[in-house]
Amino acid sequence: MLSSKPRPLSRILAVTAVICLFLAGSAFNAAAEKVYKIGGIFAVTGPASFLGDPEKKSMEMAVEQINQNGGIDGHKLEAVIYDTEGDPSKAVMSVSKLINKDKVLAIIGPSRTPTTLAVIPMIQRAKLPLISCAAGNKIVEPMKPWVFKTAQSDILAVASIYQHMNKQGYKALGIITVGNAFGESGKEQLLAQAPEYGLQVVRSETFGGKDSDMTAQLTKIRKEAPDAIVCWGTNPGPAVVAKNLEQLDIEIPLYQSHGVASPKFIELAGNAAEDILLPTGKILVADLLPESDPQKEVLTEYINAYENHYNGSVSGFGGYAYDAMHLLAKALDGTGGDRDQIRQNIENIKGHVGVSGVFNFSKSDHNGLNPDAFVMVRIQNGTWELVK
Amino acid sequence: MQEILQYLFSGITSGAIYAVIAVGFSMLYNSTELINFAHGEFVMLGALSMVTLSGPLGLPLIPAFLVSVIGVACLGMLFERLAIRTVRHPNPIVLIIITVGASIFLKGVGMLVWGKNAHTIPPFTDHPPLDIAGAKLLFQSIWIVVIVLLMAAGLHLFYKKSLTGKAMEACAISQKAAWLVGIPSKFMTLLAFGLSTGMGAVAGVIIAPITMSSYDMGTMLGLKGFCAAMLGGLGSLWGSLIGGLLLGVLEALGVGLVSSGLKDAIAFLLLLFILYVRPGGIISSANVERF
Repeated sequence: MLSSKPRPLSRILAVTAVICLFLAGSAFNAAAEKVYKIGGIFAVTGPASFLGDPEKKSMEMAVEQINQNGGIDGHKLEAVIYDTEGDPSKAVMSVSKLINKDKVLAIIGPSRTPTTLAVIPMIQRAKLPLISCAAGNKIVEPMKPWVFKTAQSDILAVASIYQHMNKQGYKALGIITVGNAFGESGKEQLLAQAPEYGLQVVRSETFGGKDSDMTAQLTKIRKEAPDAIVCWGTNPGPAVVAKNLEQLDIEIPLYQSHGVASPKFIELAGNAAEDILLPTGKILVADLLPESDPQKEVLTEYINAYENHYNGSVSGFGGYAYDAMHLLAKALDGTGGDRDQIRQNIENIKGHVGVSGVFNFSKSDHNGLNPDAFVMVRIQNGTWELVK
Repeated sequence: MQEILQYLFSGITSGAIYAVIAVGFSMLYNSTELINFAHGEFVMLGALSMVTLSGPLGLPLIPAFLVSVIGVACLGMLFERLAIRTVRHPNPIVLIIITVGASIFLKGVGMLVWGKNAHTIPPFTDHPPLDIAGAKLLFQSIWIVVIVLLMAAGLHLFYKKSLTGKAMEACAISQKAAWLVGIPSKFMTLLAFGLSTGMGAVAGVIIAPITMSSYDMGTMLGLKGFCAAMLGGLGSLWGSLIGGLLLGVLEALGVGLVSSGLKDAIAFLLLLFILYVRPGGIISSANVERF
């Protein structure tokens, strides 16, 4: 009898208790949510893993360092990293997950230019800062309010090569570029900037990324007798160009792009690599830099930290993500997680000494680097030598 | 003149490589009516095992060459035994799709074993390039052409003079009839796979010194070799050789005289044209269907 009788008061009490528990629970969650979540999307596997893998590791390392120093305004950082496999559609999916499910404050990456271009429309709609680690100039040109990048642009690499050519008094040059996005973008810049430096491109040739022989193209370039040849590509093509040039006995000086700035190129090209000139980020030659170089300290610190942390040698590419994370940390300071505030703070960063260069952002410059981010090196006796 | 000669040298070098690959395609097609789309991957395996054997393992040239080729040929036979012979309804489409799958699988294996970086080895003989009328000819190119010609002659003799070769040819003409007269047709298929993939490995080994070998080199080479075989006449030994050389020379001349950006386009347009005029390939008549 008693049990079947409704007892409104106790029921209300029970319901209230449950609601209270829920509230307490969510309050507890809110306290835990004080961490700042930062998204990362890198090509950790797949053909561009030489970029994505060190970038992921560098970002994780930077987050760890920042957290050890107490985080930002008392908030710890948490990195949520997804693998794009270098595939634009996977990159778009990862970004939508980061925005909708993980609710991150900002995103670092992607590693490649095509993947970055693919996610830009979504970033612009979601109004959340993205710091890309890709080199392509199209990422920041034309300027997009929410998109930044830390990797040096092709523009700067071409500028360093042309400045060096001017010093040598060269006038005519032949170029040979690989037939993919990297080569096309390089070719565009090489052709566009030549008149500025009083140079003339007398012959422009291309090769396929998997071609085994470029003697035909080089024979054609030789016919025009240029003062120098510029090759724009990533391994292994440029190594074949260097070898073919030696086999054909062509004595014209060869410049390569920053795309081959790794010991692998010297290994592949062997003796043919001798005397080749190329622009590279300073990380490759950190130990050769004079003490007066503003980046020397940051570079040494990064290299030591990376090599101790991962027990392997440092790569030239992880620095992009490392810089991006530290720039973001700087911008997050005092914002309480307000996205527009973060964006404005990045634009106001001046004189940030990073691994890839000294960053001076502004409302119109979302890369913030100048040609000083590159140094020219010459390959001599199988190793790099700074060119003064 | 000097330029034209240089284009020709460059064309003959790559053409000779396409030719060996084309012969591999052709001979398998000849004995089994099967196009092995994993053939390019066997070229890659040949090149990369040569890199490992002669580099880190330090084997001298000739043993490294033989071990690579025989090893890859055994792998080819294993592939036939495990993936091709076990198919219950062996119609051509199913088998071709199996070879496509094998190609993806082998590429993956190549990536896991040798990593994603390119590798290189020194030329067979350390000799400066020859100077012929101002054009430079790589010593390795001579090696390539000589090895290709020796191989072609060897195959020709094998098919025309040896009993096994004749038995293989008989299987190609009619498998059932060959079986009735006591030729082990299954064994002949196995042998054809071994020979064909071994030939792919030879192509890989001889180009390893002049180019960079990596796990993904096989696809493009396989495609070019297939085109060369089609161009010359699939199933014909000399046709495949001519097709390969022609494709290589056309490519080089296309780069030299027209534009390097249109290199592949020019070669493939000509291929379409030749196939339009002579659908069976350059060497094709009712009877020249086989070696």
